Amino acid sequence: MSIRVLGSGLATSVQDLGRPGYYHLGIPISGAMDRYALRVANMLVGNSEDAAVLETVFLGPELEFTEDAVVAVTGAQLPPKVDGVQRETWTAFSVKSGQTLSFDFLQHGARAYIAVSGGIDVPLALGSRSTYTLGALGGLAGRNLQSGDELHTGISQGKVGNTRRSVPDKFKRLPDSPACLRVIPGLYWHRLQEQSGQRFFAETWKVATEADRIGYRFRGGSPLDFVEREQPFGAGSDPSNIVDSCYPYGSIQVPGGTEPIVLHRDAVSGGGYFMLGTVISTDMDYIGQLQPNMEVQFMPVDMETALSARRDRKAMLDEVRRLVS
Amino acid sequence: MTARYSFGGDDHIFVEIDEQMSLEAFFKSLSITNAVRDAQIEGVTEICPANASYQIKFDPDRISATDLLAELQQLEAAAESSDSHLKTRVIDVPVYYNDPWTRATLMRFRERHQDPTGTDLDYAARINGFDSVAAFIQAHCANPWFVTMVGFVAGLPFMFQMVDRARQIEVPKYLRPRTDTPKLTVGYGGCFSCIYSVRGAGGYQMFGITPMPIYDPEQSTSYLQDFMVFFNPGDIVKFRSINREQYDDYLIQVEQGRYEPIVRSFNFSLNAYYQNIDQYNVNIGEMLNVN
Repeated sequence: MSIRVLGSGLATSVQDLGRPGYYHLGIPISGAMDRYALRVANMLVGNSEDAAVLETVFLGPELEFTEDAVVAVTGAQLPPKVDGVQRETWTAFSVKSGQTLSFDFLQHGARAYIAVSGGIDVPLALGSRSTYTLGALGGLAGRNLQSGDELHTGISQGKVGNTRRSVPDKFKRLPDSPACLRVIPGLYWHRLQEQSGQRFFAETWKVATEADRIGYRFRGGSPLDFVEREQPFGAGSDPSNIVDSCYPYGSIQVPGGTEPIVLHRDAVSGGGYFMLGTVISTDMDYIGQLQPNMEVQFMPVDMETALSARRDRKAMLDEVRRLVS
Repeated sequence: MTARYSFGGDDHIFVEIDEQMSLEAFFKSLSITNAVRDAQIEGVTEICPANASYQIKFDPDRISATDLLAELQQLEAAAESSDSHLKTRVIDVPVYYNDPWTRATLMRFRERHQDPTGTDLDYAARINGFDSVAAFIQAHCANPWFVTMVGFVAGLPFMFQMVDRARQIEVPKYLRPRTDTPKLTVGYGGCFSCIYSVRGAGGYQMFGITPMPIYDPEQSTSYLQDFMVFFNPGDIVKFRSINREQYDDYLIQVEQGRYEPIVRSFNFSLNAYYQNIDQYNVNIGEMLNVN
C-alpha cells in the first residue's frame, strides 16, 4: 500500500489510455478524457506514457502517501499542495512518506491528472486499468475513489530523480473562451434543413450541467428543423429518431432536436438518436476541460483540416517528449 | 438497399445499410463486418455491427480514411453475392413477465409515460391490438428473436423478432427517459426488445425480468468466466415465460453457481426461414426442448 485516500474529491477515478476493442459489445474505450494531459503527467514523473493515473474533476482528492513518490499534476489548473504548501502544476515534485497531497480550488479547466511515479496499480480489466463506472469495470472495484480506499503504485520504470521537471507554458493546454470545437458534419446531417444546420454552427452554445465522462450536453442554441419524412420502420416517431445505430466517439446527437450531446470516452455505444456530425479527434481532449456554463462554438471543418490538426498534436507531443526526457 | 457511407470525425467510418429495420439489412451488416474482421485490415481498431448499419473505428496514422472506405465498399459488393447463412446459437431466456420489481419501478416514473393510468404491458398490448396482456406476452415469447446489436451499455442485447412485418410489435419509448431501471429488465422500444445488463437510466417500456445474468465484470458467474459479456450479434433468443416460483428457484441456482443457460448450436438460413417462417420458428423452439 502506498496511498491512502482521505478524501475522494467529487469524482476521482483511475484512468489510462483506455481499452479499445470491445465497443461492439457496448464496452467503451474509457481512459483519460484529456489524453494529452495524461501523457504529459506520466512523462513528468518518468512513467511510460500509458501508465494509469488519477483523473479528478472540479474538486481534488486528499491523499496520504505511505511511501516516497514523485508526483505531477497536469490538465486543469487545480493547484496541488503538499502538507498545505502549494506546488506548481505541470511540474514534477516529490511527496515523502507520511505527507498529504491535497488541492486548492479549481482555477481553470475541469479535469486534473495526478501521475504518481510507478503508476497507479490496479488489476488490468480487458487490457486496461481505466475505470468504466457504468459497467462497474476496471479501476478500483469498477467505481470512483471513496475515502478509506487504499491505492498501490507499480514499480517505477523511468528515471524519477528529476523533480522540478516542468514544461514551458505553451504546452500547458487548456481551452480558450469561447471554446471552439471543430466538427466534421456527416452521419445524419442530411436530416437537417440547410438553414438549421448553418444556424447550429453560427450560434453560441453553453455547456449544460449534465456533463460527464459519458457525454457533454449543450444548451442555449435554437431547436433544429428537420427535413420532413415518413419515419422509416423501426425508427420511432420523433423526427430526431433513427433505427438504433452505433454512435462514434465525439458524435453529436440531438434528442428531440433541442440539446446537443457530444459523446466522450465512456460513451453509450449506440442508440436511436440522429447525429449531425462528429467532433474531430484532436478536440476531444478539450471537451474534458470544459466547465458548465462555458461558451462553446462548433465549427465545421473538412477531413484535411482534421488530419492536419492531428499531425500538429503529434508534433507537439514529440516536442514535449524531447524537452522532458 | 444501397449502403450510405459517412465519415465520423477523422477516425470512424459509419455505414447505413438501410434507413429502415429488416432482417436483410441486419444480415448484410453482419456479413460485411465479419468480412472486415476476416480481412484483418491494418489500422482498424473497432468493428461494430448494428441493427441496420455498422461502424468502423480506425487509426488515421496507420490507414487513410479514403483507402479504408474503398476497402469497405469492395467488401460490400462481395457481401451482396453471398448467401445468407449464419452459424450461430439458439438461447433459452426465462422471463418473469409482469414482475413486482419492474412494476414498482414503472409506477415511480408514471408521469413520464404515455399512459399514466396503466402499466407498460397494458399500454403495449392495447396499442398493438391485443385483447389482453396475456395474449401480448404470448406473442412476445412465442417466436424467437435475433440479437441484432449489442451495446448502448456493456453487454445489452437489442433483439428483433423473427416474424413478418405485420406481426412486429412496435412501442414508443417513454416520453422522458427514467433515471432507474432494474438490472435484467426485459424492455421494448421501437421494434426492438432488449435486456438491461446493468441498473440505470432507460427509456424502453418494461415488460418483465430475467433471472439469467448476461454481464458480469467480476466473471464469477460460471458461464461468464471466459468472457464477461454473454450475447453476440447474430445470437437467436427464445423467451420463455416463467412464474414467481420458477424465478426464485433460478435465482438460487444462479447464486449457488449451478445455473447454466440452455444453448444449442444452429445453422440459420435466411432463405429457409422465409419459405415458412412459422414452421422454422417451431423447429427452433423444439431444439431447446424445455418445459
